[in-house]
Amino acid sequence: MSLLEVRNLTVEFATSAGQFRAVEGVDVTLDKGEVLAIVGESGSGKSVSMLAVMGLLPWTATITADRMAFEGRDLREITPAERRKIIGKDIAMIFQEPMSSLNPCFTVGFQIKEALRQHLGLDRKARHNRAIELFEQVGIPAPEKRLNVFPHQMSGGMNQRVMIAMAIACNPKVLIADEPTTALDVTIQAQILDLLLELREKNGMALALITHDMGVVAETAERVAVHYAGQKVEEQPVAGLFGRPYHPYTAALLAALPERATSRILPTIPGVVPGQFDRPAGCLFAPRCAHASAICQTRPPLPRGADEGHARCHTPLLPDGKTVAAPIEEVSQ
Amino acid sequence: MLRYLLSRLLTFVPTFFGVTLISFAFIRVLPGDPIIVMAGERGLSEERYQELVRQYGFDKSVFQQYVDYLGGVLQGDLGASFVTKKPVWDEFFSLFPATLELSICAMIFAVALGIPAGVIAAVNRGKLPDRLFMSSALVGYSMPIFWWALLLIILFSGMLGWTPVSGRMSLMYFFEPVTGFMLIDSLLSGQEGAFRSAVSHLILPTIVLGTIPLAVIARQTRSAMLEVLGEDYIRTARAKGLSPARVNGVHALRNALIPVVTVIGLMVGTLLAGAILTETIFSWPGIGKWMVDSIFRRDYPVVQGGLLLIASMVMIVNLTVDVLYGLINPKIRRR
Repeated sequence: MSLLEVRNLTVEFATSAGQFRAVEGVDVTLDKGEVLAIVGESGSGKSVSMLAVMGLLPWTATITADRMAFEGRDLREITPAERRKIIGKDIAMIFQEPMSSLNPCFTVGFQIKEALRQHLGLDRKARHNRAIELFEQVGIPAPEKRLNVFPHQMSGGMNQRVMIAMAIACNPKVLIADEPTTALDVTIQAQILDLLLELREKNGMALALITHDMGVVAETAERVAVHYAGQKVEEQPVAGLFGRPYHPYTAALLAALPERATSRILPTIPGVVPGQFDRPAGCLFAPRCAHASAICQTRPPLPRGADEGHARCHTPLLPDGKTVAAPIEEVSQ
Repeated sequence: MLRYLLSRLLTFVPTFFGVTLISFAFIRVLPGDPIIVMAGERGLSEERYQELVRQYGFDKSVFQQYVDYLGGVLQGDLGASFVTKKPVWDEFFSLFPATLELSICAMIFAVALGIPAGVIAAVNRGKLPDRLFMSSALVGYSMPIFWWALLLIILFSGMLGWTPVSGRMSLMYFFEPVTGFMLIDSLLSGQEGAFRSAVSHLILPTIVLGTIPLAVIARQTRSAMLEVLGEDYIRTARAKGLSPARVNGVHALRNALIPVVTVIGLMVGTLLAGAILTETIFSWPGIGKWMVDSIFRRDYPVVQGGLLLIASMVMIVNLTVDVLYGLINPKIRRR
């Protein structure tokens, strides 16, 4: 049994112009101690799908799924109070903007101890000691002193360490990191990623890393899910994905990495992600795809088998990475 | 902190002079002669009139009168009332506790109901409680205060007979003022029923005076809460698995209070202005009623001195609020 299992998750937001589908038919599986990277451009629904698992979406969101289970319990079938016993304890999350994700009116010590009191019921002294221990664990110097400091008195990197300390306070089984390094300096980025991997090693927690940085993926992940316009378009072990992408979008993303560039001009993906009003009838990537054929324009592709990276594509790439197989009608039924 | 206080106190100086000038000019612009008003219906002889004009210095130029007045003020002498002949200073501070008591009660009423109403409205945005509270707030804010007072008097005093119509204390009780606050003095006097009487006299004026601040505080709390509820740190608080009560009541409210405290500070001025009407309607023996009476009597020293003291109170309260601000908002706390 997987630790976290989500089947066919769809999230729609009520907007003044009608329903907007941010996530469509996404599956997420996370096993104990595993590192899963979820990559995609801004607006590809990678954060929204994880926020849906956490139950942190605003009231305008409608969540539907065949299954959304943690340790075999469906999160939608338990009461909100029971769910809050899991959220923050067994499943924790850290966010992109450390500076704005901490409450400016309370000391970081108060905020970290609050999580400890909520879930572990430690007494004041035990909470204090555990908070110091956590600060040491995430590499915050002079932890005793730092507990009494307000978030605006620390740097972004330090605040992100506080966020991580808060998230791992109750030894979660799953840690969801939503672009944890995007707002930070490059030097700090590496430190934070190393810290996350180290903690995962030590505490045996599973890590879901949301990012748009392929470099981060290559360094940290074991399995990679590629999202595009709310759909998961491909999922593979990291070596496979970098070695042999099946979906043209994955291939295009990889080709756009400066490290992989072969010519003087960096390849780009023409066009933009479809929005609320210009969603294609067929494959969502078809308007930007170099290999799109007639069927891609009219019929939405279904995910293929694991041997083809679950690619949502009528014409997955051949091993040379440049040509595609002929469209197979049956698969897209 | 001391530097900050001093620099703020320095800004009081121009305001102070402005208020003396305006109050001095305002009462003289009003038609009516204070000496004739003083004489009453019997009137007075031309000689006596001239004598009084000289005695009060009305024969001097207006500019000279202002300089004389200002000279007195700077030495702490606000003059004496034309009517009671008592120093303005003494009169003000014998009446001020009544106004202060009423204002404090009104403010407690407004804060105690306004903040929870604003929070509930924001949390249930667009739903029934929100609509109910916010439309009532709009009605409360736009209602003429005297009309609202009369409605309440007709219902609770006239028809139901639950509360007295006017005054601070039933005539059955008498005791020497100790603190000037009727609620405290009535308890100190030890007379049975006196405290009850004090409370029942306070209820309607408190509601009337507190209505506008209540509406403003509720609306301000709601909009501040709505803004705060969209912040990232609220999502973090929810991600910790905290209960909605704790997320809204601790994490959100603490941040939302920052603008609300500013509004509460500004409301103190409104409250004193509102007190003038409320006190007049309920015959509440405070400075509001005193000011109105002295305007009708053309009691120049009282109007000038009273306005000056009220303005000083407002300035001091606003300074206090600014200092309090630092306690609530750590970002501007000075260490």
